[in-house]
Amino acid sequence: MKMPAPDQAVIEAKFDIVAALRAIVPGEGVIVDEDELRAYETDGLTAYKQLPLIVVLPETTEQVSRVLKCCQERGVKVVPRGAGTSLSGGALPLADGIILGLGKFNRVLEIDYDNRCAVVQPGVTNLGITHAVEAEGFYYAPDPSSQIACTIGGNVAENSGGVHCLKYGLTTNNLLGLEMVLMDGTVLRIGGKHLDSEGYDLLGLLTGSEGLLGVVTEVTVRILKKPETARALLLGFETAEQAGDSVAAIIAAGIIPGGMEMMDKPAIHAAEDFVHAGYPLEVEALLIVELDGPQAEVDHLIAEVSRIAEAHGAVTSRVSESEEERLSFWAGRKAAFPAVGRISPDYYCMDGTIPRAQLPLVLRRMREMSEKYGLRVANVFHAGDGNLHPLILYDANKPGELEAAEDFGADILKLCVEVGGVLTGEHGVGVEKRDLMGTMFSEADLKQQQRVKCAFDPEALLNPGKMFPQLHRCAELGRMHISGGKLPFPDLPRF
Amino acid sequence: MGTTFTVENRDQLVEAVAWAAAEQQPLEVIGGASKRGLGRPVQAAHTLDLSRLTGITLYEPEELVLSARAGTKLSEIEAALAEKNQMLAFEPADLSPLLGSAPDSASIGGALACNLSGPRRIKAGAARDHFLGVESASGRGELFKSGGRVVKNVTGYDLCKLICGSYGTLAVMSDVTVKVLPRPQKTYTVLILGLDDATAVQAMSRALGSPHEVSGAAHLPAPLAAGSDVSYTAKAGGAVTALRVEGPGPSVEYRCAALRRELADLGETEELHSQNSLAFWKELRDVRPLQAPAERAVWRISVAPNAGPEVVAAITEDSAYYDWGGGLVWLAMSAEGDAGAGRVREVLASVGGHATLIRAPLKVRAAEAVFQPQDPAMAALSARVKDGFDPHRVLNPGRMYAGL
Repeated sequence: MKMPAPDQAVIEAKFDIVAALRAIVPGEGVIVDEDELRAYETDGLTAYKQLPLIVVLPETTEQVSRVLKCCQERGVKVVPRGAGTSLSGGALPLADGIILGLGKFNRVLEIDYDNRCAVVQPGVTNLGITHAVEAEGFYYAPDPSSQIACTIGGNVAENSGGVHCLKYGLTTNNLLGLEMVLMDGTVLRIGGKHLDSEGYDLLGLLTGSEGLLGVVTEVTVRILKKPETARALLLGFETAEQAGDSVAAIIAAGIIPGGMEMMDKPAIHAAEDFVHAGYPLEVEALLIVELDGPQAEVDHLIAEVSRIAEAHGAVTSRVSESEEERLSFWAGRKAAFPAVGRISPDYYCMDGTIPRAQLPLVLRRMREMSEKYGLRVANVFHAGDGNLHPLILYDANKPGELEAAEDFGADILKLCVEVGGVLTGEHGVGVEKRDLMGTMFSEADLKQQQRVKCAFDPEALLNPGKMFPQLHRCAELGRMHISGGKLPFPDLPRF
Repeated sequence: MGTTFTVENRDQLVEAVAWAAAEQQPLEVIGGASKRGLGRPVQAAHTLDLSRLTGITLYEPEELVLSARAGTKLSEIEAALAEKNQMLAFEPADLSPLLGSAPDSASIGGALACNLSGPRRIKAGAARDHFLGVESASGRGELFKSGGRVVKNVTGYDLCKLICGSYGTLAVMSDVTVKVLPRPQKTYTVLILGLDDATAVQAMSRALGSPHEVSGAAHLPAPLAAGSDVSYTAKAGGAVTALRVEGPGPSVEYRCAALRRELADLGETEELHSQNSLAFWKELRDVRPLQAPAERAVWRISVAPNAGPEVVAAITEDSAYYDWGGGLVWLAMSAEGDAGAGRVREVLASVGGHATLIRAPLKVRAAEAVFQPQDPAMAALSARVKDGFDPHRVLNPGRMYAGL
């Protein structure tokens, strides 16, 4: 992975930079010791490692502002970091850059049940928000698998999803406000406890911007009352096509389940061997469909979904009769990644989204690729919204296997784009999919995105080397190439 | 004398904008022109008309997705969705009666450009939350796309969000893709009668803080309730607080009963079913309670829900009603002078939130801030964002903010 060439002048000025940062963040908030820096050398995408120049752990918005301003003045690159659980290398350090860790921003500032929102610092974990409000029966809806560790600031940066986002939306649909700091130190407040933003929707733009536009220092999220009840169905099918058709039929019947997950045979077996969830082992595809809401509605819809699945050839069907049983249905799915980790020395998790109807084609082509590359693949799939997580099994100790896994993964993502889908559904572009952006976007598309970046960070110091395959200078992007003022479509009548 | 460019395809649209950029000739961009009177008057000699850039280009009900050219009428899209028992869940308003524009003229592009969402905003999200993908021409005259046709997508910046609610000042949409959702089988409404504003907002907070999935929460004070075309509301003889419950039949009956039981301490309750229930929410969506008298100015104010009543009390004794559980205030005032702008801005300065002058005479919209004024840092950032799309200020200049 090629990162921007390190700026030797910055590396040589390390001593001065450390002194300047210590004047802003006193004590142990500035880390230079190599052993301590080691903890920050990678994130959830562990294939890539790089020691940062310095790590800074500020505690106040004012410190964040001064650190960014100081870095901008000195031309120092900054990589923001929450818990470092990114699966796309979003928090991968730079040799000539600082890591700006938001871990000390870990307080819940306000819970406002009347207005159904919570104001939290960005280092609070996703699950920490739910823990703060669950005594009153509320929760924060987006639930990425890493929710016990990942922070809400990181969720904003990546627009994280989770198994329930089909019904309850992604991070972007559950945010009300942000406080953020620009690279020049400007502190801005966007939104608040009210709905929709005044002026341009910078809240929507910032969400999923992967730490390239600003550093989030406070987040206001919507909280929801927990559904009265939830029940799940475990449905086995002899073909993935039948499972896919059932998903389409459920949605066509006007039912939007709280969660709808699919696993293929290799994933079912890996999960069952690991957690003994009671999954049927002879089926080719397993669907977990969860209905949540009022008791009366859930009972009604469970019967509807059972009927639809049966009509589409389900060979096994179980309905959870207790909370314990519902959780056991999910246990295998939630443990799918570590379960696959047990049957292979390494695995590489992909994250494309496809129009659901393309699933049988994509699974078939993936099997062909699996043979071509000589690598196994297990599939878990957010079936309701078409978000695929193929897990490519490889052994990093075997020469060439990591490279083969990466090529296999790239082929899968190109296939997703080819069938009308996208490169990443919830893990982000980061460094991982950066060089594939050209398969989905034209040069004009990418330049327009970078012009937005220029409005926030004209020196390209904030998290460079992520998202964009090629960095253009803002001056160059701003230039207009005028082709001459030809009158538009002169042959048409005008009114 | 200005020229109107009526484009019929994407190439013509790009050509027209490229010409405007090259000649630095500002364009006023219109779709169906139903909301042309919303916003500051645009300083442009020429008009770019998208009303012939029409047609649904993709509709896959099982995938919950629809694509259309930007000028396609909302009514055409809604009819196509209704055939498959689906809908645009953000409930785009038909503001033509309020603004005095031609009926049935609103386009999908216009609905997205203004990001105006109806009562279901509190549960299903705003227009921006349903906007999956776009192809548009920037003010540089360059075609670009963002997003796609799937819901789960974090590939690159979400420029759909930026374009949604930008009132045509960043780019001209040619093709849009939106998420669609199943139409609820049943729509019931629980009415609580005779509450004052503050108690009504508390009641709505309790309902929205319940697990009963309320998808609309509004309060009409007595004079506005009396003007409703829904006879139950008009004859209630006082204020009406309304809670909408949607879903499968057994669920809706169960939840309505639960809400009525849980809120029984507040006063008498009533229930609207089928057509009455649908008609009531359509009235609120389209701001019908404030349509007449037409010479009055109309404000749309978004605040923290429990701040609604104090904002109304501080601004005016005049007519106002609440949607979004109290968080959306629709308010009519005299259009004389500044149409209440000074008062509205002053009150919001301490409460937070934002106010938009939705209806007012041209001279008021030219003189006063129609959209919420921004602090200098935010205004500077917005101007830089605008520069990134439209450096020569040829797209709807001044529509949102002077100079932007």
